[in-house]
Amino acid sequence: MTTTETVQPPAAVKTSGINQVLQDTMIIAWRNIRGGMRVPDTQIYMFIQPIMFVVLFAYVFGGAIPVDGVNYREYLMAGIFAQTMAFAVAPASVGLADDMHKGLIDRFRSLPMARSGVIAGRVVSDLCSQFIVLVIMMVCGLIVGWRVNNGVLPFLGGVGLMLLFAFAMLWVGAFIGLSVGNPQVAASAGLIWLFPVVFLSNAFVPPSTMPTIVQNMAEWNPISAIVAAARDLFGNESIIVSDAWPMQHPVPAALIWCALIIVIFAPLAVRKYKAAASK
Amino acid sequence: MNAIIAEGLVKTFGSGEKAVRAVDGVDLVVPEGTVLGLLGPNGAGKTTTVRMLTSLLPLDGGRAEVAGHDVATDPQAVRASIGLSGQYAAVDENLTGRENLWMFGRLYQLSSRQAKKRAEELLEQFALTDAADRPSKTYSGGMRRRLDLAGSLIVHPKVLFLDEPTTGLDPASRLDLWDVIRERVSGGATIMLTTQYLEEADALADRIVVIDQGRIIAEGTADELKAKVGGERIEVVVHDPEALSRAVDVLQRGSDGQCVVDEHTRRLTVPTATGSKGLIQVIRDLDEQNIEIDDIALRRPTLDDVFLELTGHHPEEEKAAEDEQAVAAEGGAK
Ligand SMILES: Nc1ncnc2c1ncn2[C@@H]1O[C@H](COP(=O)(O)OP(=O)(O)O)[C@@H](O)[C@H]1O
Ligand SMILES: [Mg+2]
Repeated sequence: MTTTETVQPPAAVKTSGINQVLQDTMIIAWRNIRGGMRVPDTQIYMFIQPIMFVVLFAYVFGGAIPVDGVNYREYLMAGIFAQTMAFAVAPASVGLADDMHKGLIDRFRSLPMARSGVIAGRVVSDLCSQFIVLVIMMVCGLIVGWRVNNGVLPFLGGVGLMLLFAFAMLWVGAFIGLSVGNPQVAASAGLIWLFPVVFLSNAFVPPSTMPTIVQNMAEWNPISAIVAAARDLFGNESIIVSDAWPMQHPVPAALIWCALIIVIFAPLAVRKYKAAASK
Repeated sequence: MNAIIAEGLVKTFGSGEKAVRAVDGVDLVVPEGTVLGLLGPNGAGKTTTVRMLTSLLPLDGGRAEVAGHDVATDPQAVRASIGLSGQYAAVDENLTGRENLWMFGRLYQLSSRQAKKRAEELLEQFALTDAADRPSKTYSGGMRRRLDLAGSLIVHPKVLFLDEPTTGLDPASRLDLWDVIRERVSGGATIMLTTQYLEEADALADRIVVIDQGRIIAEGTADELKAKVGGERIEVVVHDPEALSRAVDVLQRGSDGQCVVDEHTRRLTVPTATGSKGLIQVIRDLDEQNIEIDDIALRRPTLDDVFLELTGHHPEEEKAAEDEQAVAAEGGAK
């Protein structure tokens, strides 16, 4: 260990306000992405899983479930996209639980940084990775026969909706991760309830084929609204034979659902963060 | 000027029957440029005290000022003047050493260039340059501790909090870390250091505060505390019971204190003021008198002795549990 005294560094500068919030958020986002890319789990999550889902669903289910007069493979794609966006819960919950578990949140809180930086940075980095995942899935989709039949603006609207949904689900993930505070528990607590929710929707099967009670649940499932809206915006067949309001007005319904999830879970997550941090 | 002032600190966890008063009316004053050792067994309230003083925990009672800023009303100013190295090294294990230090620098609001430069200097100073571009999860426990400590020195903080900086380290890394801490002191920093080892507080601290169950039970310099528990002792186990009384004479000759005799174990204990010199003299004298011995040692008072003396109970079992916990936490962090 050398004992030579080095150049006096500047004392910490006190910046404040929105600039500091943005800057600290970007630094935390950078470290999430930079560090995350070194973890095999993240690489699989971002690059292998999306391709696997698209190809598996397209070739395994795509031909097996006949729906009259519909290109089922095309029908499936929006469902797979939405399901994968919902999985944003996983990286957010595991990431924050991990930071808590390892004492990093305490460390960050002892620094003169913006208080909101840790959660905001997580949201930004995970939104970036969800965007990359979405692009990969769409390219794969195009390769296996998915088509956009509705022009550029609605398509961009569809992409925007997918990201908005991912954003909403990130807050759910943040809430779960900060509540459990242990990465292993967070990994399962983040996803276990998501599978039934996704399967009880129009993501893979038209609800009209389900028993009445299940059918009602599926029609009012937020996932169904998101998926139906995406199908509309991408110009894919959506086979809606339902009078339920969300199925008749999927785009507004999807936006309302996303807003609702954010309004409920963002404050909950922030509250959990403050509570967890002052323990 | 005092760098740390705490008056009547109180922290209670939980409520009702299960409430734990983790810190129960602690007063501390640490003059600028000095080192305070906060000594206590596991669960004494050391970490809780540090977390309150570093603005991580709201105070339930009392007030505290660090580097001239009130912890409760101006926490951001406190954070800009302190460095904290917590009980378990908190670095991002997926980032390299260099990246970790750059990130901490940026979060101290340095510019990217300043942060880079500072990271270089600290890597050099902490002998981490060779490992700088490896993810820190590949580091040994000692390297991780050094990186964590480097992260708390980014802005040459006026006040440095080190929570059990050497717990779980091998002896060589421990000595290395002591050097770094001494260097900070000579650079003018004020340090509050918590530890479970009297030896460590003795080596580093100007003043020691002993806490147990959230309360201060003693304070003073290391020498004052040791004087309280009786300083060094020579312990001899005599081979032949017949030789006991002659051995007592030998021991008594070199000491002002009273020789304690345990006939059953043939163990004699006598206080000594002359340390290892006294020990050598005793060995010579015993040899001269042809007194055969099974064992002889110079015993320094340990945290155990301090505790036994001050509280009447051993911290021993608790310490074992703590060490296990530390190992488990290290393992869990992998
Ligand atoms: N977040 C917490 N919730 C409940 N009890 C706590 C919490 N943190 C510490 N304690 C309790 O407070 C006491 C003091 O703990 P701590 O300050 O960690 O001691 P030390 O650092 O000296 O080992 C212990 O009894 C511990 O169990
Ligand atoms: Mg502790």
